[in-house]
Amino acid sequence: MPLFAVRREPPARYRWLLWVLAFALPLAMWSAISYVPWLWHPQVKITDAGSVAWIKPGLRLDRADFQAQVTKASSAGLVPPSGEPANPLYLPPPHAVGRALYGAFTTPPTLKGDLWLHESIVMSIKTIFLGFALSSFVALPLGLLCGSYPALSRMTEPFVDFVRYMPAPAFGALMVAIFGIHLEPKIGIVFLGTFFTQVLVTAGTVRRVDPALLEAAQTLGAKRGLLVRRVILPACLPDLYNDTRILIGCAWTYLVVAEVVGVSSGITFFINQQAKYRNFDNVYAAIMIIGLIGLATDQLLSFIGARLFGWKLTRRSRTRTFFAWLVAPAKANPSSIRV
Amino acid sequence: MSLASQNPSSLDLAYRVQSEAVAARFTKLHTRPVILQAEHLSCEFDSERGRVTALRDINVSIHRRELMCVIGPSGCGKSTFARVIAGLQPVSAGRILVDGQPVNGPGPDRGMVFQGYTLFPWLTLTQNVRFGLDMQGRSDGPADREARQWLDLVGLGKFHDSYPHQLSGGMKQRVAIARALAAGPKILLMDEPFGALDPSTRAQMQAHLLEIWRNVDITIVFITHDMDEAILLADRILVLKANPGEVQEFIEVPVPRPRRLDQFATPEFQAMRKHLDSLIHPAPSAGAPDHAPLPFIRLTQAGDDVE
Ligand SMILES: Nc1ncnc2c1ncn2[C@@H]1O[C@H](COP(=O)(O)OP(=O)(O)OP(=O)(O)O)[C@@H](O)[C@H]1O
Ligand SMILES: [Mg+2]
Repeated sequence: MPLFAVRREPPARYRWLLWVLAFALPLAMWSAISYVPWLWHPQVKITDAGSVAWIKPGLRLDRADFQAQVTKASSAGLVPPSGEPANPLYLPPPHAVGRALYGAFTTPPTLKGDLWLHESIVMSIKTIFLGFALSSFVALPLGLLCGSYPALSRMTEPFVDFVRYMPAPAFGALMVAIFGIHLEPKIGIVFLGTFFTQVLVTAGTVRRVDPALLEAAQTLGAKRGLLVRRVILPACLPDLYNDTRILIGCAWTYLVVAEVVGVSSGITFFINQQAKYRNFDNVYAAIMIIGLIGLATDQLLSFIGARLFGWKLTRRSRTRTFFAWLVAPAKANPSSIRV
Repeated sequence: MSLASQNPSSLDLAYRVQSEAVAARFTKLHTRPVILQAEHLSCEFDSERGRVTALRDINVSIHRRELMCVIGPSGCGKSTFARVIAGLQPVSAGRILVDGQPVNGPGPDRGMVFQGYTLFPWLTLTQNVRFGLDMQGRSDGPADREARQWLDLVGLGKFHDSYPHQLSGGMKQRVAIARALAAGPKILLMDEPFGALDPSTRAQMQAHLLEIWRNVDITIVFITHDMDEAILLADRILVLKANPGEVQEFIEVPVPRPRRLDQFATPEFQAMRKHLDSLIHPAPSAGAPDHAPLPFIRLTQAGDDVE
C-alpha cells in the first residue's frame, strides 16, 4: 500500500516514523541553516580584529559592512579584520539551545529572590490551570444548556459574541484594578480569553448531537432535564473533551499576555528577562519548554480520551474498563466488562 | 372507496374475497376497542418551494393489537404520519387520539423504531434496552433483569454487555425493537425498520416481528414501501397517495394467519399484490408514460454492444 494515499491512513508501522519525521524535518532545516556556512548566514562574526580599532573579536557585522571594512583597511595598508560567516544572534544553533535547555534548570537565577526556571514554569502552569478550570467550570454547563435550549442560547449568545470580540488583554488594566497585581488578574485574563469562546464552541458541539438520538429518547419517555443529562451530555462528551483539548492551546496564548500584566511573572517573565540580556538561546529554550508542556498535555489527554470514549472506536481499551469499574464497582469488575 | 376512478384492470376485486376464517378474524378485530385514531389529520411543511402538504385530511381508526401497515410511493408522507403519531411532528390540523386521549408531544405510550440506527452508542445493549425503564424511574435490579429478558426475547442473550458498534445492522434493529418494547408502549411505530437490511435478514426479522407481536400486548403501525412485506405482516394496509398525502384505500388483507413466507404463492396473496401494484404503480395509460427513454447518445464503441 502506498504511504501517501488520499484519505487513507498509512500502515501502522510507519506511524512512529512519521511522528519522528514531524520533528526531525524542522530540526534538520534549522541545523542546515545553522551549520552549513553558505546557507543564509547574512553576517560575519569577527575572529581577528586586524588593526581596525573599534572592531572586537566576537562582534557580528552585516556582510556588506564587513566587506567595506576589509576594503577600507586594505586600501589604507592596514591589516584587515577577518571573520567567519554567522547567523544573527536571534537565531542560535540547535546545540546552543540544547545547552541552554539543560542549563536553564541547573543555573540559579541571576538576581537573588528571582525564581528558578522550574519555579516560573510551575507558576505559569498554575495560572493557566486555574484560569482554564474556572472557565471550563462555568462555560461547559452554560454551553450545554445553551446548546440544549435554543431560547437560552438566543438570550445569551448575542452578548457572548459581543464580548468575545473584545481582546482579553484590553481588560488587563481593569483586571489589575480589580484583583491586584499578583496571580489573580492573570487568572482573570486567561479566564476572559477562553470563557466566551468556550461557551460558543461548547454550545455548537452540543447542537451537533444527532437529532435522531434525541427523538428516540423522547419516544422512550425522556424529557427536559433527563434528555439533557442522559442523552445530550453523553452523546457529545467525547467531542466536548476534544474541544477542551484544543481550547487549552488557546489558554496558553492568553497566558503569555496575562503574565506581563501587573507584576511580570512565570515563563513569560523569564523569556523577557533573557531577551533583555540577549540570551536568545535561553529564550528559545523557554519557548520550547512551553511547546513541550503543551505537546505532553495534549498527547496525554488524547491518550486518555481515546480510552475513555472507546465506544467511538472499535478498539479494546483498558483505561475505559478501569474507569467503568471505578464508576460502578458494585455492579461489575474489570474482567467481566466486555469492551 | 371510489372504484370508479380506478382504471379497468384494477377493478379486479379478488382481493376483497375473504375466507370464513379470515372474515371471522376481522369481525373479531373490529369488536376490539379503538386504540389509535386520526381525525382530519393534516400536516404541512414550509419549504423554499412554498407550502408542502405532506398529509391531508387523514381519518383512520386502529384497533387494539392490530398490525397495520402503511404503504405508498416515496414522499407520500409515510414517515410524517409515523412522526405525527409519535408526537415528534406537530400537526397543522386535526388530531391524534390514543385510547381517547389527544396526543401532544412524544411519550412512552408510543414507542418508535426508526429506519436509521438510533441506539445510544455509549451504552451497552442492556443499558440501551433499560433506557425507557430508567426514564420511568424503575430501580436498578428489576430494570436490569427485565432488559436482559427483552434482549433474550429478540435472540441477543449473548450480547448483553456488548456495545452497538459491535453489532450487525439486523442485530441493531432487534435491539431497537427490544428497547422500544421494554418501555411498555401501547403502540409501536416502525418506520421502514428493515429497509437497510439484506433480503434474507429482512425475512428473518419479519418472522421475528410476527412472533413478538403474537406474544406481546402491542398494536403495531408498520411503515414500508415493500408491498410483499406489507401483505406478509398486516391485518390492514393503509395505502397513501402522494401530493398531497391522502388515504387512497384502507384494505383488509385476505391472507390467513399465521403468516408464512410460502404464502407468497397463494391466490389471496397474489390478488392482494396485484391490487396494491395497481394502486401504487397505476397503468401507464392513466397519464404520461412513467419511463420516457432517457436522452442518451451512444458513449461506447460500435460493435461493443451488451444487448
Ligand atoms: N422537515 C421537512 N421540511 C419540509 N418538507 C418536509 C419535511 N419532512 C418531510 N417533508 C415533505 O413531506 C413530504 C412527505 O415526506 P415523508 O418523509 O413523510 O415521505 P415518505 O413517504 O416517508 O417518503 P419515503 O418513502 O421516501 O421515506 C415530502 O414531500 C417531503 O418533501
Ligand atoms: Mg420515510
